[in-house]
Amino acid sequence: MQITVSVNGESHVRDVEPRLLLTHFLRDELRLTGTHWGCDTSNCGACVVRLDGVPVKSCTVLAVMADGAEVTTVEGLAHGRTDADLDPVQEGFMVCHGLQCGFCTPGMMLTSRALLDRDPAPSAATIREAISGQICRCTGYENIVRSVQWAAAKEAATRDAADADTDSSEALA
Amino acid sequence: MQVPAQFEYHKATSVDDAIALLTRHGPESFVVAGGHSLLPMMKLRLAEPETLIDINGLDELATVTVESDHVRIGAMVRHSALLSSPVIAEHFPIFTDAERLIADPIVRNRGTIGGSLCQADPSEDLSAAFSAMRATAVIRGADGEREVPVREFHRGPYETAVAHEELLVAVRVPIRPASGSAYAKLERRAGDWAVASAGAMLRVDAGTVAEVGIGLSAVGAAHFVAPEAEEYLRGGPASDEAFVEAGRISAAHCSPSADQRGPVDYKRHLAGELTTRVLRRAARRSRGEEA
Ligand SMILES: Cc1cc2nc3c(=O)[nH]c(=O)nc-3n(C[C@H](O)[C@H](O)[C@H](O)COP(=O)(O)OP(=O)(O)OC[C@H]3O[C@@H](n4cnc5c(N)ncnc54)[C@H](O)[C@@H]3O)c2cc1C
Ligand code: FES
Ligand code: FES
Repeated sequence: MQITVSVNGESHVRDVEPRLLLTHFLRDELRLTGTHWGCDTSNCGACVVRLDGVPVKSCTVLAVMADGAEVTTVEGLAHGRTDADLDPVQEGFMVCHGLQCGFCTPGMMLTSRALLDRDPAPSAATIREAISGQICRCTGYENIVRSVQWAAAKEAATRDAADADTDSSEALA
Repeated sequence: MQVPAQFEYHKATSVDDAIALLTRHGPESFVVAGGHSLLPMMKLRLAEPETLIDINGLDELATVTVESDHVRIGAMVRHSALLSSPVIAEHFPIFTDAERLIADPIVRNRGTIGGSLCQADPSEDLSAAFSAMRATAVIRGADGEREVPVREFHRGPYETAVAHEELLVAVRVPIRPASGSAYAKLERRAGDWAVASAGAMLRVDAGTVAEVGIGLSAVGAAHFVAPEAEEYLRGGPASDEAFVEAGRISAAHCSPSADQRGPVDYKRHLAGELTTRVLRRAARRSRGEEA
């Protein structure tokens, strides 16, 4: 079956078997191996991507179900190739040691990005709830929570700076 | 790596189209909603449908609407949408309680109300909640719609009143002024299925229980309900002693099985304790003492 899926802003047309899971479409067809695959029971969350903005477990979505949809994977988080282009969430994970082996990290970061998009200042409890369907065997979650809080603080500071800019230009005018 | 067996795939363009596709493709065709029960089963080859009919595009089934004295919840409403619905939080806190405890937030983004009821897993939470609310399932086939009380919807584990060439399209929940409801579940870890869970609806009139519904899940209660405990409470005082006794009765009448989530006596104890707790909370809510 022919499907058209926009992944990280780029449209892909492929002929796929209906039984192909979205995880394997991304990894094997598009070679976007940042999306991981870690269980057969929809429990681990290593495969989380955003489907039309909503975080989903891509191992439990058929590729054909994503026909016409927009998918964001971890490869789509950064705006470019240098450290300066990283999403604040990625920076936070770097600064606060939000990862060790990195297996859970792509899914954790996509869920965190989606959380900050709807709640720019989440409490630690809210962050823990948001990632509660994803397993990390390394960090004990503590540093993941800190990483997301770091990203939230950075984005708040960026917003304040932008507001201050507007205020001062309004004062000048 | 687990992959499903091969199947044919069709995207339904309307409810009638889905029914026509089910009719055309015969008994080995399945509807797929959120896919979060069906696809894991297909990966493990516990289900091998020959044809999948995808109803994810049917937005007309994805709404929560107030219709005079009841709320109609479409079959394709996702768990996450039920959880965040202000209408639901206002009239039926039992669903808000339950949805906080069903699976995890990512699974809730995909799984649907209709899929949950139709899967009819003996540990499924919403069946107990809808049964406690004495809700009605709306089923559509080629000849039109019919209604079945949720308490008669389940015909056994993984079996429901929905015939092969039919679709569950919505669930209707009566709005009861001056009533309260609540749900509680014990799970081994965040996101897991229940060890035991209970839901309750209470309408109290001058200190007397006028209407009551008690739902139980994961403890082998037929149709997910505790009729003996309801019978005991109805017409009697809405007192704490009565709620404790109702818990004892519902524990005595359910029939849990031992599994990796716990032995029979433990689950029975939980069924009783959770019943009492949700009755207390539903009563407080009916008096406006708790949101
Ligand atoms: C990791 C994990 C944890 C979970 N934990 C819980 C939990 O704690 N409590 C709980 O209650 N559930 C839990 N679930 C199940 C979850 O709620 C599922 O989403 C739900 O049971 C099925 O909904 P679905 O939309 O995904 O259905 P699907 O998987 O798409 O369908 C399930 C079945 O229902 C049929 N069906 C679906 N919609 C209709 C319809 N409208 N008309 C007729 N037939 C239909 C399908 O043909 C299929 O047989 C969990 C699931 C996962 C993956
Ligand atoms: S691979 Fe484990 S939840 Fe998807
Ligand atoms: S960093 Fe290793 S699993 Fe999370």
